[in-house]
Amino acid sequence: MADTLAPTSSPDMGDPHGPEQGTKRDFLKLVTGSFAAVGVGAIAWPFIASMNPAKDVLALASTDVTLDHIAEGQAVTVMWRGKPVFVRHRTAQEIQEAKAVPLGELRDPAPDQERVQREPWLVVVGVCTHLGCVPLGQKTTDPRGDFGGWFCPCHGSHYDTAGRIRRGPAPTNLAVPEYEFRSDTQIRIG
Amino acid sequence: MASGLHDSTIQNPVIRWIDQRLPVFTMMQKEYGSFPTPRNFNYLWNFGALALINLVIMIVTGIFLAMNYTAHTSMAFDSVERIMRDVNYGWLIRYVHMNGASMFFIVVMVHIWRNLYYGSYKAPRELLWIFGVVIFLLMMATAFMGYVLPWGQMSFWGATVITNLFSAIPLVGDSIVTLLWGGFSVDNPTLNRFFSLHYLLPFVIAGVVFLHVATLHITGSNNPLGIEPKGPQDTLPFHPYYTAKDSVGIIAYFIVFAVLVFFTPNYLGHTDNYIPANPLVTPAHIVPEWYFLPFYAILRAVPDKLGGVLLMFGAIAVLFVLPWLDRSPVRSMRFRPIAKWALMLWGINFFVLMWAGAMPAEGIYVTIARLSTAYYFAYFLVILPLLAKIERPLPLPESISHAVLRGGGRLHGAAATAKPMEKA
Repeated sequence: MADTLAPTSSPDMGDPHGPEQGTKRDFLKLVTGSFAAVGVGAIAWPFIASMNPAKDVLALASTDVTLDHIAEGQAVTVMWRGKPVFVRHRTAQEIQEAKAVPLGELRDPAPDQERVQREPWLVVVGVCTHLGCVPLGQKTTDPRGDFGGWFCPCHGSHYDTAGRIRRGPAPTNLAVPEYEFRSDTQIRIG
Repeated sequence: MASGLHDSTIQNPVIRWIDQRLPVFTMMQKEYGSFPTPRNFNYLWNFGALALINLVIMIVTGIFLAMNYTAHTSMAFDSVERIMRDVNYGWLIRYVHMNGASMFFIVVMVHIWRNLYYGSYKAPRELLWIFGVVIFLLMMATAFMGYVLPWGQMSFWGATVITNLFSAIPLVGDSIVTLLWGGFSVDNPTLNRFFSLHYLLPFVIAGVVFLHVATLHITGSNNPLGIEPKGPQDTLPFHPYYTAKDSVGIIAYFIVFAVLVFFTPNYLGHTDNYIPANPLVTPAHIVPEWYFLPFYAILRAVPDKLGGVLLMFGAIAVLFVLPWLDRSPVRSMRFRPIAKWALMLWGINFFVLMWAGAMPAEGIYVTIARLSTAYYFAYFLVILPLLAKIERPLPLPESISHAVLRGGGRLHGAAATAKPMEKA
């Protein structure tokens, strides 16, 4: 610490060459370093923030779906935030199947009423929770797996009529997006 | 050269392990730590460091702009407006990039001026100077192509006018212009290649900057006295003396930059560039960005198409041979009583050219531009070679320390005061 510029006469600074004593220069270095760190952070912030969704992207983050043309037993796929969302008009039998399953059998236990807002309408994000493929089962002619819901062809995950994982590698149920009924025949997703 | 691990003096075991295998830390210590630097720098010696920082700012902001820009004639303008309105802090990043171009030219022009005033281009720093002129040329090309990307009216017509310069070349001119355009007018292929090159060239600049700095570290820096350091009493270690001095300049530079970006972000631009490009209508008064104005004035001063183009490029080309035009052995203008005023006049004349370039090409403005063009070249081609023969320079000081340290600075006395931080 050859601090020829440190004010050695200052009483509270003590001996600038002492092993434990902080010198004025140490203090200045600390303050300068702190300001530089804050400055770098302040500069980095807008750049990182610019990579988050822009306002026009956020403006498209809600999707309205009209339900009155979806007959019982049918399902439609809508685009929401660049991903497919399955809207399925379930039959009474499918609802019955979903409600009858004992929770103990489920890998990701959730009762059917937690999965839907109104019983006939199941709304789930159509992205397999394993590695992101789109499961089959939207058409009645598609393979729907062993539980009548959806079947993911990539790695063989089976989902039931409440979109819950029943067999295969996927860890969790198909996600239920945030949505609300705007009327009896329209929902807004997001 | 002997092979084997580098004999590192670094204490920290991890850094030492790397340094033995790749001695970058030893190199940094040698080139930026203890590097002996003339002790008498003034603040004009900040501008090299400022230019480097500016290049980094341009590359970083540019990379983030490119994440949101679309290089297509039908979408480019809208994508830039989207950056301004929708992208988080997009307005900030674009304004920094836009004004960063102006700041870059201000900084580099001051840097060049310092070279001219203190004769830094002279032996043994000719190659260092030539790399600098190459950087300046690359900057102009990069800035021009960047200005085209927003695809506003000035973008389009600037691109049209500048690319048409090449049509002045006899015989092959038109073919070259078609080649540059990738079509029969400035259009989508032109925009695409300009974006590609605009992204590439800054990295080429960074490469030439490396050569520029490497050359500098062979010869060492010039200084306001223009005489070489004669020993340790004439120099200071780069760190902390010039890292600290550069930091002061950097803060001042950031203040100016911030005032431009936050208070007058469009002051140096042209409003017509916020009108989408229209190939059917040329703006009434078409001018390039301010940093091209002096060269634009030279172009318009000549009443001949090829002659104007040649003279404009010649205005840069003459800089390449400047070290061999100015044969005076005295570098610093402080000791050149006549050349000093000739150069001052050249500096004022540069601003006159800039002003003339912004005026309409008619009447008195053309005459002024012609006289200014004549002096621009006369300084390099007539005045400097002539003064090298007839000017009688003032006596040079014995040494840097002799001139700048009060009471002399004999070698043994100076050595003690020269490096109070050396053992820090």
